[in-house]
Amino acid sequence: MSIGPRGPMFHGRRPGPRGFVGGPPMVRPAEKPKDLKGTLKRLLKYLRPYFFQIAIVFVLVVLANVFNVFGPRIMGDITTELFKGVVAKRTGLGSKIDFGYILQKLTLLAALYISAAFFTYIQHYLMAVVSQRMVFSLRNEVMGKLTKLPLKFFDSRTYGDVLSRITNDIDNISTTLQQSILQLLSAVVTLLGIVAMMLAISPVLTFITLLTLPLSIAATMSIASRSQRLFSKQQAVLGNLTGHVEETYGGFNVIKAFNREGDFVRAFVEMNEKLYDASWRAQFLSGIIMPLMNFISNIGYVIVCAAGGIFVIRRVLEIGDVQAFIQYSRQFNHPITQTANITNIIQSTIASAERVFEILDEEEETPDNPKLVLKDVKGCVKFENVSFSYREDVPLIEDLNVEVKPGQKVAIVGPTGAGKTTIVNLLMRFYEIKKGRITVDGVDIRDISRENLRKIFGMVLQDTWLFSGTIRENIAYGKEGATEEEIINAAKAAHAHHFIKTLPGGYDAVLNEEASNISQGQKQLITIARAFLANPEILILDEATSNVDTVTEIYIQKALKNLMKGRTSFVIAHRLSTVKDADMILVINNGRIIEKGTHEELVKKGGFYAELYKSQFAVTS
Amino acid sequence: MQKLLKWLKPYKNYVIASLFLIFLQAVSELYLPNLMADIVDTGILNKDVGYILRKGIMMLLVALGGTIAAILASYLSSKAAVGFGRDLREDIFKHVGSFSLAEFDKFGTASLITRTVNDVNQIQMMTVMGLRMVARAPLMGIGSMIMAVYKDAKLSLVLLVTVPFLIGIVYFLYRRSVPLFEAIQKKIDRLNLILRENLIGIRVIRAFNRSEYEKQRFEKANLDLTETSIKVNRLMSWFMPATSLVVNFTIIAILWFGGIRIERGTLQVGDLMAFIQYVMHLMFSLMMMSMAFVMFPRAYASASRVIEVLETVPEIKEPENPLEPEEIKGTIEFKDVTFKYPGSAEPVLKEISFRAEPGSVTAIIGGTGAGKTTILNLIMRFYDVTSGSILIDGIDIRLLPLGKLRDAIGYVPQRVVLFSGTVEENIRFGKDLRREEVERAALIAQASEFISNMEGGYNSVISQGGKNLSGGQKQRLSIARAVAKKSRIYLFDDCFSALDFKTDAKVRAAIKEETKDSTVLVVAQRVATVMDADQIIVLKDGRIAGIGKHEELFKTCREYREIVLSQLSEEEFT
Repeated sequence: MSIGPRGPMFHGRRPGPRGFVGGPPMVRPAEKPKDLKGTLKRLLKYLRPYFFQIAIVFVLVVLANVFNVFGPRIMGDITTELFKGVVAKRTGLGSKIDFGYILQKLTLLAALYISAAFFTYIQHYLMAVVSQRMVFSLRNEVMGKLTKLPLKFFDSRTYGDVLSRITNDIDNISTTLQQSILQLLSAVVTLLGIVAMMLAISPVLTFITLLTLPLSIAATMSIASRSQRLFSKQQAVLGNLTGHVEETYGGFNVIKAFNREGDFVRAFVEMNEKLYDASWRAQFLSGIIMPLMNFISNIGYVIVCAAGGIFVIRRVLEIGDVQAFIQYSRQFNHPITQTANITNIIQSTIASAERVFEILDEEEETPDNPKLVLKDVKGCVKFENVSFSYREDVPLIEDLNVEVKPGQKVAIVGPTGAGKTTIVNLLMRFYEIKKGRITVDGVDIRDISRENLRKIFGMVLQDTWLFSGTIRENIAYGKEGATEEEIINAAKAAHAHHFIKTLPGGYDAVLNEEASNISQGQKQLITIARAFLANPEILILDEATSNVDTVTEIYIQKALKNLMKGRTSFVIAHRLSTVKDADMILVINNGRIIEKGTHEELVKKGGFYAELYKSQFAVTS
Repeated sequence: MQKLLKWLKPYKNYVIASLFLIFLQAVSELYLPNLMADIVDTGILNKDVGYILRKGIMMLLVALGGTIAAILASYLSSKAAVGFGRDLREDIFKHVGSFSLAEFDKFGTASLITRTVNDVNQIQMMTVMGLRMVARAPLMGIGSMIMAVYKDAKLSLVLLVTVPFLIGIVYFLYRRSVPLFEAIQKKIDRLNLILRENLIGIRVIRAFNRSEYEKQRFEKANLDLTETSIKVNRLMSWFMPATSLVVNFTIIAILWFGGIRIERGTLQVGDLMAFIQYVMHLMFSLMMMSMAFVMFPRAYASASRVIEVLETVPEIKEPENPLEPEEIKGTIEFKDVTFKYPGSAEPVLKEISFRAEPGSVTAIIGGTGAGKTTILNLIMRFYDVTSGSILIDGIDIRLLPLGKLRDAIGYVPQRVVLFSGTVEENIRFGKDLRREEVERAALIAQASEFISNMEGGYNSVISQGGKNLSGGQKQRLSIARAVAKKSRIYLFDDCFSALDFKTDAKVRAAIKEETKDSTVLVVAQRVATVMDADQIIVLKDGRIAGIGKHEELFKTCREYREIVLSQLSEEEFT
């Protein structure tokens, strides 16, 4: 019995979000790809650069397994020789065991095993490189794709979904490439080799052994389908339970405040009981597959032992043949179950690949088509007959005309969630308008490159985005190759210099993953510093300052005022004082611009804005 | 790890029985080669077909017995391991339920979820594996060893050389690969971090034209990860060929030395064949055990995370000798309350004293970190005061039963929490209310209109976390839930700032009417919200900087004036 390249492996699959309650892969429900052939073809294309290495690997797999398959046969010959010696001794002929012959056979065996081991090593070595390089370029390709996708893509998907495709799914592909393909190939080669050897030794015994095959297939299939059902049930119950735990812990203080702990525990116990029920059944069934397979294999073993023994007595076979045959028949079932396993794994890999390709197939932003480069912008912004909607059937902005003169301030007001960011989306060309045109200094913003446009516009949004890195790096984000002096000046202008100085490490203080080591208000100051550094001609900003302490808030106010000085600005306003100062107010509700004009005009008009204004004033006075 | 055995105890009999059955199965498995040796050495040599058939049938029976034992063992071990997981999960969930916010915050929501669900599953999986494979491997290993020595003690000396060799290889690769695997995990985390930042910050990245830069940042991290992965996988390429080579050479050695012993007549051919099979079993068991070693650290980490939760003792307990007043009227009094979050050096609240009467509105204003929310948390006994005391109707709240205390309070948190279920269930939230009462609460919270616009009205289903509602709508449902409780005390934690001015004003007007006999505490950011309160408490760095009515504070309290002026222009105020 030799251990082929299919023994236990060290590389475990990292548990992904799908199914961390594992179980043997065979009993886990396989994900079915939508287009197996097409996706497989496409996946193979990625392997084309490694054609040469893969070809070598394939040849080596075949060689290593063929060599391994010969092992038991040679051992059988040795046994036969030993047995002959024993029989000869018993019958008194006195002929000794031919140790020269045995040594020769053992040397051959050693040579076979050494070369098989060497081939196996080279396979794994090559595949490690091939699979990692391939997923390396696949990951880069997806990332490159992300930079070309329109904002619509990001807004319509959860981060988790995109993340999981780039990490778990690609990871799945790499593991399969590295392990499963080799395993599948060697299982097939071994199976063919074993059958060939068995046939060569004794067609009759082979036939008897093959009789156990339908038995093992039937047993596997019937149990696997049952346990698959149970595992999916377990997965579903676990999903519910996890949801319940998330909800309970997420609303911990509310549940406590309302004295609801008991109800939540009762619900949990009920779900936990269901989980127990599904789980132990699933575990039980998956646990009996191995013993059953083992039993079937043992039946074959016993038959071969008994029948083989009789054959030896009848001088149809040599004792060594029987020994070799026993070893072959014991290995026989293994590749079959393994093939079944791997087909499942490969299916789920193809499904993973499909999800990755889905991203690669997303429609990209319309490419830039710059007719000119806009420099020294004065800051005149015009909306001319602009129409826009996120969804075809729900028109949002229709025929909008707005003219903003250089240096003017436009306030965008409206209830929360009314869609004030739509204007930002259009100005920055995150979304494309359907009709009409938006111009800056008379130039259609589609006639300049996006890069040019976004240099002109600066943005300070409410959801401050800082990345893990130093404060300096975060400010310097506003301008490529900014000097130390520029960074500090920007921080000073944004009233951020002072607090940065007090941080341990100053400008080199590292923000942690959630940037929770500085306060919300400080984050906003850094974002403002970033905008100062970028020095845009036109500003878009959100003045919301929730969760900010009063002192910082005053700083933010001052910093924003500084920033707006002399610049055309679009302000998502939360303060009536800002609104009253504005040269123009855009009132937005349910995503539409419903009113526009100055404060006085709108109050006089007595519409939505007037009411909004009064509701605030009614409390104030 | 041993600490978790407590939860396995109820399944002691299952475990023992299952281990015994696995032992039986191992014995049967090991007995088969022995019978085969008989067939060869007696049956074939004596040309006795009847003997061969008898032994064959015996082998079948032994195999059948082993299989039955294995199936029974699987049944028992599944029930034991999964039952153990269930009990552990339930106890953690209940234990977390007894935490005060102090213990809860120590772990954090995400971590507690992972511990309750994923870690317990990990432990459960490990127990299943442990009871099945890991228990079987040493039994098989030791059994094969004994059988091999029994068949030919001298020949088994070969194992003395090869077994340590095998263990050495496994150990060497394990030592070398573990740090690399850890490095890979860190690099994967780094790649994920960059990706996440890219997804969340997409607008900023585009606005600053930094896509190319981000792409390079990603590619760099990707390359780093790939290089380490290649390194570890190249290292692991040794594992399979090296171990199988050791095993195969062991067999070659046995054949050679076995041959010599057969020549001398001290060994029989059938026994040699059996011997080889025992050696195979032994080697496989060793490899199984080495796999268990790889799995063990992960399960161990899970176990210690779970134990950490279970060993955390909640600070806040029900009073031992509770006072049970007939009815809570709602007078709240803070007497020199100082409070320090566990683990922090500075108190967040320092010597706070004030009194709030039924029928009055007390507003709390101040910067972030000034301790506004903490005051509300203390009233609900989410934490206990460090010194001083909080009295309700003159009784220290530490003497009131927790249920009674919290029943008297209607609470609206700053961060809205809704639960999966219908709109009505969310407003009722466990209370036995008539439909009209639910509708009335919704009306007060200005939620009626959007609820009736929803497809199912009050029976519309709210998805987990209320994703199908806007922020303002969620806030109004949260307010309705508190109002529906008809409490003596209301705590509103900055819940109006998510509403637009208009709705904010309407909600407050309606609530004012509803709560006119109750004690109301409002935490607020907007001056407009607090201006007409009966008393305003201005907090600064955990101390009361001023307390009084709007006009009075504007004149006397510098902090208050600063806040007002930052929010309203001079002209608006006067």
